[in-house]
Amino acid sequence: MSEASPLIVLAGNPNAGKSALFNALTGARQKIANYPGVTVERKSGHFQLANGHPVELVDLPGSYSLDPTSPDEAVTRSVIFGEQQGERKPDAVIIVLDAANLDNHLRFALEIIALGQPVVIALNMMDLAERDGLTLDPAKLEAALGVPVIPTVAVRGRGLEKLSAAIDKRLTDKSEKRDLVVSEERGRGLRKQAKTIAAQTIVAETAGRRWSERADALFLHPIAGPIILLAIMFVMFQAVFAWSEAPIGWIEGASEWAAAAVEANLADGFLRDFIIEGAIGGVGSVVVFLPQILILFLFILLLEASGYMTRAAFIMDRLMASVGLSGRSFIPLLSSFACAIPGIMATRSIADPKDRLTTILVAPLMTCAARLPVYAIIIGAFIPARDVGGGVGLQGLVLFGLYIFGIIGAMLVALVLRSTVAKGPNSGFLMEMPKYQMPRIRDMLLGLWQRAWIFLRRAGTIIFAATIVLWLMLTYPKVPVDSPVSQVDYSAAGRIANVIEPAVAPIGFNRDIALALIPAMAAREVAVAALATTYAIDAPNEEAEAKSLTERLQSRWSLPTALAFLAWFVFAPQCISTIAVTRRETNSWKWPMFMLGYLFALAYVAAGITYWTAIALGL
Amino acid sequence: MNAPVKLAITLDRLALRQRAEISSIDWTAMSDNEGARLRALGLDEGVSVEKLHKGMFGFNDPIALRIGRMMIAIRKSHASAISVVLPA
Repeated sequence: MSEASPLIVLAGNPNAGKSALFNALTGARQKIANYPGVTVERKSGHFQLANGHPVELVDLPGSYSLDPTSPDEAVTRSVIFGEQQGERKPDAVIIVLDAANLDNHLRFALEIIALGQPVVIALNMMDLAERDGLTLDPAKLEAALGVPVIPTVAVRGRGLEKLSAAIDKRLTDKSEKRDLVVSEERGRGLRKQAKTIAAQTIVAETAGRRWSERADALFLHPIAGPIILLAIMFVMFQAVFAWSEAPIGWIEGASEWAAAAVEANLADGFLRDFIIEGAIGGVGSVVVFLPQILILFLFILLLEASGYMTRAAFIMDRLMASVGLSGRSFIPLLSSFACAIPGIMATRSIADPKDRLTTILVAPLMTCAARLPVYAIIIGAFIPARDVGGGVGLQGLVLFGLYIFGIIGAMLVALVLRSTVAKGPNSGFLMEMPKYQMPRIRDMLLGLWQRAWIFLRRAGTIIFAATIVLWLMLTYPKVPVDSPVSQVDYSAAGRIANVIEPAVAPIGFNRDIALALIPAMAAREVAVAALATTYAIDAPNEEAEAKSLTERLQSRWSLPTALAFLAWFVFAPQCISTIAVTRRETNSWKWPMFMLGYLFALAYVAAGITYWTAIALGL
Repeated sequence: MNAPVKLAITLDRLALRQRAEISSIDWTAMSDNEGARLRALGLDEGVSVEKLHKGMFGFNDPIALRIGRMMIAIRKSHASAISVVLPA
């Protein structure tokens, strides 16, 4: 059915508001996949034209021209030409133009118009152009280009009906006459033509309220700028803890209530243990971190949508250059604080291949949200909640330190990689910094919902499965009633862990940790679930079972062991999904295996150093 | 009356808030891909630019330029390959 509906593609420069228009037209019904064989995202959705006809809409990667300089731009080009594997030739192209930036954006538009395909132009962000002091005449642009021009404000849903009607007309009435002769000289000729047409369209131009520029006088100030950036990051990480307390309490309450309900209604036996210890205990201990992950993502989405993220890249560029990277890497690395997977995917915007590879390889060193559960439980159990002065808590300080530890590690690794396996000339830094924009609540909620859904799906599948398998392996075979051996030692998982233990004993890890490390490969947060499950099963009686995971950790782990465990997780070999996405993005097994190896080595060394230093200090 | 003398400097040496017109670009100082990206962002011979911002204190790198109504970030190493003339 949907195969038969016409294919419309959205093309335009980056920052023209394509994605906002895509969201406005298709709503939440979006499908994100990859083009076969390449690591370029294909974002598609459906909507109905004014006459009720369904059409498929694809949001093409933002491009500056049909002469590609990146894999993204290459896909845009081949889709428009109808040469992209896995894509039909589009029936019509919507070119999205930033109304305030016509002379730059018209160049790409002219290139597409020259191809002779059915084209409709969305003259987008009209409101911002007006605020900028520009008065535009869309009719003049239409006359100059010979294709329909519809003024839109995608973020407010303005102009969508007219756009839809214009597309409908384009699809049914193929006859058109275009007088425009597009300059064949790709460089200067095209630019001049774009400038001329832009000048014809602009009927009046005043200075406007250049608030975006005034904001930049502050945010890009050589001294104030970096301080503000640091402050934003600090607030972000504080908020992750401060704002999440209440919702975490609700989720904990809900899972306790669920466990109590199951206990009251099910007879003692396999099923009850399975649900309470395995399902509710395991998955619940991970879902509890949803609020923190969402807060982190909220900040990152806000920084991206407002346009501030590119300013952060500008400020950080020089520092990144000192380890052989560029400001471009800052955005993927900051995203990696939420999760390395979107971070690694965001490296696609880095033009230099060596730069990109290095960024991918160090991305897992940024403390992802999945490590938060591990950090939070260990810090909560072993670091006293003391005030170190000025309202700064010791626990928060340790957490901040772990983040910094990861960042420094990443910088050092990048430096080494850039002079060894990813050797190459220092790449440049060329980037457009769009005007600031007020993030739209609907887009933010949509983004948050997508992240929450991905996380919950992980919790419901990978994490659930890993927890259940571990629970079964810990529960069977059942220890004989009068045996002096504990259930965990007797179980299949316990026996495996006892084999591994000698390998991790030199860095201060006990059997329980050895046990938790294996399922943590599926997803890091499973380490917490695994410890919770292990101690729940090992509890000798009801009273002991009622003790919290925190209390159990305190009674079984020494402080040096806990610190070594934290150090391990700073470098912890990443989850399976990260390895999978690295394989996809680098198109080889070589780099994910390299990443796995070096992270393992670093984690082992860091944990060992931490353990023995702590012992030497008498902690 | 003498014809106004146009002063030519490289883009990295432009002062803040100063406008200039790009007179020539040394394309050999960068890779083809970088050159293409430069042109895609609108940096080409004959284009007028204005220096808006410079990077972090102590480095002054990269710099932010106004080209038309766009703001572009570029490293000084690239900017030094671009010659500009100041308006008389």
